[in-house]
Amino acid sequence: MPNMSLKKNEMPLQEPSVRNKNFSEVALGYTEEQAIDEAKRCLNCKHKPCIAGCPVYINIPSFIDEVAKGNFEKAYKIIAESSSLPAVCGRVCPQETQCEQVCVRGVKGEPVAIGRLERFVADWYIKNHKSEVVKPVSNGHRIAVIGSGPAGLTCAGDLAKKGYDVTIFEALHLAGGVLVYGIPEFRLPKAIVKKEIDALKGLGVKLETNMVIGKVLSIDELFEEGFEAVFIGSGAGLPRFMNIKGENLKGVYSANEFLTRVNLMKAYKDDSNTPIQNAKRVAVVGGGNVAMDAARCAKRLGAEEVYIVYRRSEKELPARAEEVEHAKEEGIIFKMLTNPTEILPDKKKFVGGIKCVEMGLGEPDESGRRRPIVKPDSEFTLDVDCVIMAIGTSPNPLIKSTTKNLGTEKWGGIIADECGRTTREGVFAGGDAVTGAATVILAMGAGKAAASAIDEYITRKNGDNKNS
Amino acid sequence: MYKINKKVCLNSTVTLMDIYAPLVAKKAEPGQFVILRVDDEGERIPLTIADYDREKGIITIIFQIVGATTEKLNQKNEGEYISDFAGPLGKATHTDGLKKVAVVGGGVGCAIAYPVAKKLHEQGTVVHSIVGFRTKDLIILEDEFRAASDKLLIMTDDGSYGEKGLVTNALKALIESGENYDEVIVIGPVIMMKFVCLLTKEYGIKTTVSMNPIMIDGTGMCGGCRLTVGGEVKFACVDGPDFDGHLVDFDEAMERSSMYKPFERHEYDKACNLFKAGEQNA
Repeated sequence: MPNMSLKKNEMPLQEPSVRNKNFSEVALGYTEEQAIDEAKRCLNCKHKPCIAGCPVYINIPSFIDEVAKGNFEKAYKIIAESSSLPAVCGRVCPQETQCEQVCVRGVKGEPVAIGRLERFVADWYIKNHKSEVVKPVSNGHRIAVIGSGPAGLTCAGDLAKKGYDVTIFEALHLAGGVLVYGIPEFRLPKAIVKKEIDALKGLGVKLETNMVIGKVLSIDELFEEGFEAVFIGSGAGLPRFMNIKGENLKGVYSANEFLTRVNLMKAYKDDSNTPIQNAKRVAVVGGGNVAMDAARCAKRLGAEEVYIVYRRSEKELPARAEEVEHAKEEGIIFKMLTNPTEILPDKKKFVGGIKCVEMGLGEPDESGRRRPIVKPDSEFTLDVDCVIMAIGTSPNPLIKSTTKNLGTEKWGGIIADECGRTTREGVFAGGDAVTGAATVILAMGAGKAAASAIDEYITRKNGDNKNS
Repeated sequence: MYKINKKVCLNSTVTLMDIYAPLVAKKAEPGQFVILRVDDEGERIPLTIADYDREKGIITIIFQIVGATTEKLNQKNEGEYISDFAGPLGKATHTDGLKKVAVVGGGVGCAIAYPVAKKLHEQGTVVHSIVGFRTKDLIILEDEFRAASDKLLIMTDDGSYGEKGLVTNALKALIESGENYDEVIVIGPVIMMKFVCLLTKEYGIKTTVSMNPIMIDGTGMCGGCRLTVGGEVKFACVDGPDFDGHLVDFDEAMERSSMYKPFERHEYDKACNLFKAGEQNA
């Protein structure tokens, strides 16, 4: 008998007034009882719209059915067929615009809490599973994966499971890409990312850090070294700025710099060597998940007032609904329909304030969202000592500029088809490097598609059929 | 892990290290830099490549002990290892087609100017090197510069060695005496680069500077190293570190590099106290 409650089981959370002073995880996760109860809300409906709503097509009703029966290990195996990083996705996927958006239970009441259940299953497995990973039999074909973010990790994992000899090249000193430098500890504990990466190593994936491909080795040299195919998952790391006056003042950060200092370089720890401004009043410009992460980090570092400054209305905020809600609970102040025009200096050339104008919404633009229009005579100044620009990123040009015959879009994205095939034979690409800044799960979907395309390519090139 | 093959103290605050990093050495060019971390908890710091030996797989770095990280690095000895060493990053110094160049170095910036002078000299360019230091005891790489230069002028602020005065005095005298340079390449403290550029602008001589701002990743990701060049925002890590000195906003660059000064001093004192405590306990 399904559980007909109209509401999801609530996620246990740290109290807002407590958590906005620490970096421990905000959401504590379902208990077994809560998970089983929530799983019973799934009607196991015939047409299963949730599966098509998932970028990696997890068999959602089937894993939820196992949770309802208390077969958590089985539930994990079902998720693992499609997803390499369930503990990550359960935490950071925008489920409300994907699987949960199309859930039938959402027609009347709240959808099944698919994301929370995914997280529960993944965490249960990490905690309870002991048996050794079986390393697949090697097929001897070497594949290079550039970048160890969600796209690269997924691609590497899928190929390793098929027996490929995979080496991941990471530019930073630590693997994980945006999962370690961008998304903060309180939303995605780094121990979880490390576990996922260790699991890949268990499958035989090799990891080389400090390797800035395009500089230390070119893609051509990777082929010369005996790699038969290359996957580029180098992300969209180049921060954008607004090109307004005062943007180079001390105390203006790109969200990437601010988050990297806090997350990757651990500036939030007392014993860290990493300097970060001791800001009291912070304006974060932008409305995506990155903006929410930066604002919530600033609050946790001790800022008294933190603003989200966004030029459209709350309805258009691109961040996950849950992040917006959590940010509000933690005391972040939302200045919607507000656009910065200038950053003002104080006497010592640090940030002294941010000049803004109010915006109204006009006709929809090419993105389908209503175009923000400046309200006349609406200028005002927010009194802040730090500004964080979280208005997006562009693909990193290092690989593009050192790889011959690799087609790219004008804005820098690598041209690739839906299977990740680029304009160059044997070179595949996916994730933000292709699409521009998007989500973890879309990058994983792209890594997955590229892994099958690479498998097909190698199989065809070698004229053998491993399935026969 | 990257092995320290050699360590030499060049003066009381400047140390040279040879790091075994064959892949970096294979590609390194003058003007490029590396990002290193001393240990697993360490900061990422950029250091410009002072020399390289492709056959031995060696990158030479020369650093001044200015903060907690350089202090920690200086505590490492020959045969020990550092955690991370990534590079070569940034664009190489442009040297093609240059017939006669004045290479100007200031203080520890001479460590970066030297490989440029060496490369120019090896390709047959006439090299006039002008290197400036506060005082005699701080002079580094004198023999190396002499070997790589057709003319070498050493300047000290106090006149304790070479000539007394600033590098700008020496450069001006050379230009006034009729030396025609295709280009001036200047590497040193931002304030020195600024004044050399003001001078060369008067004479209309193309001038390249090497910027060394605060940086984290060195691959274009953080934007912390941004500076204004000809009215446009550039990232030193991927667009530089070399720029047309007549277009760089040096005042802004000086401001930006002072962002964490109080913090650095605090961390440096902390690191020094830790080492002192360690020595006392040993």
